[in-house]
Amino acid sequence: MLDFIARRLIAIIPVLAVVAVFVFLMLRLTPGDPAAVIAGDNATSDQIADIRTKLGLDEPIWTQFAIWIGNVLQGNFGESFFFKKTVAELIAQRVEPTLALAICTLLFAVSVSVPIGVMAAYRQGSLLDRAVMGFSVLGFSVPGFVIGYCLIYVFAIELGWLPVQGYVRIGVNFWQFLERMVLPSLTLSVGFIALISRITRASVLEVLNEDYIRTARAKGLSNRVVLMRHALRNAAVPILTVIGLGIAILIGGAVVTESVFGLPGLGRLTVEAVLSRDFPTIQTVILLFSVVYVVINLLIDISYTLFDPRIRY
Amino acid sequence: MSAITEEAVDSASIAAASTKRKSLWLVAIRNPNVIIGGVILLTMLLIAILAPFLGTVDPQRIDPAARNKKPGTEITYRLDDGTTMKRVAIMGTDSLGRDVYSRVLYGARVSLAVGVAVSVISVAIGMVIGLVSGYIRWADGIIMRIMDGLMAIPGILLAIALVSIWRAGLITVVFAIVVPDVPRVVRLVRSIVLTVREEPYVEGAISVGTPTWILMFRHILPNTVAPLIVQGTFLAAAAILTEAALSFLGIGIPPEIPSWGNIMAEGRTLFRVFPHNILYPGIFLALTVLAINIMGDGLRDTLDPKMSKKV
Repeated sequence: MLDFIARRLIAIIPVLAVVAVFVFLMLRLTPGDPAAVIAGDNATSDQIADIRTKLGLDEPIWTQFAIWIGNVLQGNFGESFFFKKTVAELIAQRVEPTLALAICTLLFAVSVSVPIGVMAAYRQGSLLDRAVMGFSVLGFSVPGFVIGYCLIYVFAIELGWLPVQGYVRIGVNFWQFLERMVLPSLTLSVGFIALISRITRASVLEVLNEDYIRTARAKGLSNRVVLMRHALRNAAVPILTVIGLGIAILIGGAVVTESVFGLPGLGRLTVEAVLSRDFPTIQTVILLFSVVYVVINLLIDISYTLFDPRIRY
Repeated sequence: MSAITEEAVDSASIAAASTKRKSLWLVAIRNPNVIIGGVILLTMLLIAILAPFLGTVDPQRIDPAARNKKPGTEITYRLDDGTTMKRVAIMGTDSLGRDVYSRVLYGARVSLAVGVAVSVISVAIGMVIGLVSGYIRWADGIIMRIMDGLMAIPGILLAIALVSIWRAGLITVVFAIVVPDVPRVVRLVRSIVLTVREEPYVEGAISVGTPTWILMFRHILPNTVAPLIVQGTFLAAAAILTEAALSFLGIGIPPEIPSWGNIMAEGRTLFRVFPHNILYPGIFLALTVLAINIMGDGLRDTLDPKMSKKV
């Protein structure tokens, strides 16, 4: 097991290296002097010269990369001239809404989609099954921001049940925080529910044809036990895999959803950074999201053994 | 004697196989999902092509007197020759007085063009890289590591990063969406190449000295066509959504070009009072993507039954 974890850890090094090279090259591929791009439009020539020496821009590109990656590994992501803060501070401020949104969405989406996926598989061909499949195609097709605005219109403007936009920190007022999380998490959940319910249905369907399911039924176990303990547990590996891959959708969706609901999170920060051409921030956000995505998928890979004892490493 | 009969059997099965391939396409276009999706898509295509003849006005025409009108309002247009023209804005107008109906209809052009362009370009690039990666062993390691790295960056973020490098524009947006899609196509093509290259007929072709490029294009490539068509439709659907999202965030296609994402972006500020600016383009967008996805499901079920079992 430890051996497997070590091998997987080594395997993600080249992946992250490619990401790092891409993120590093981003700034070099933009037209113009990288130092001037970083410093922004209002920079003085002294500031530009200062950045030039800090980043080693007069050195060959290999040295520049070494300086940059050395800084990144020490947690020094540079300075955002637009926001007048270090990028690390900026990100620390913006993490909470995104993390809260992601956790609420994951909890909600998984607790809805897995049961409906199992039921759809159990009653294959029924009205429920067709409804679930129909919903999942629809969920893939309606863009998140349209769903978000529809929800705002119905629940916040017409019915007045929930606030339209904005964010309250979890430590400030938990109830208000929760109120403001409902619509964004619902919005972001739709695509995720579509994805997971579909894959749950497919993988449970496959398992339901196995001999051990028939045996379990034959020895008189209730449907609930057969479905939950025998079928779902054996179907868990593909479901987990898709949840892991779905994190990419979650991150992309967060960018859009945070903009719709005015949440001051990392997704909104990404858009603000692109609009103000704040490269140190864009680079760091992309690096951060990619590392999170890769690490979550690594953890999911490792967790397979918990669900399926046949998988041995 | 036996050799001759074997050959006869062989040619018969080859003939059968080739008719089978033809009939597969016939089955595909008779699939109800393909028909439903295709009809909706064709309607959208006609709307896009015929936009100037469907009672639209110039979608970029700004009219300060007709700002923020609700759907169904009658608007008096002052034409360039001094005469006036009355016209009902069935989808209302936006905050610059531009006609939303005209913008939505012209917007179909941008969305469909982006969808088709992204899927064709990413399939073409991905196919070539996938063939090389699956067939040339020494290149495989390097190519696949780069592809894995690109796939580690969530698609829309990679597109955002590329847009920020290249600055917004129709072509840059298309390429920004193509780059994250290419690794997915490469993986698909490579996996097919890896299985096909072990087939006896490929070994046979190698043993009679077929040049590598003929081998690739005549014997290996045709196996990838059906799965790639299926993959291509899903890529088109996702590309239309991504373009809309980028434009909606204000980092996609320049705002003066009427695309569905841009119309919605413009409608954001006054959404509470005038939801029509988001509603109508949203409906068109969702309907188009839904049609492509339904068609893709149908194509997958008929053309690529192996893949349909997986999902």
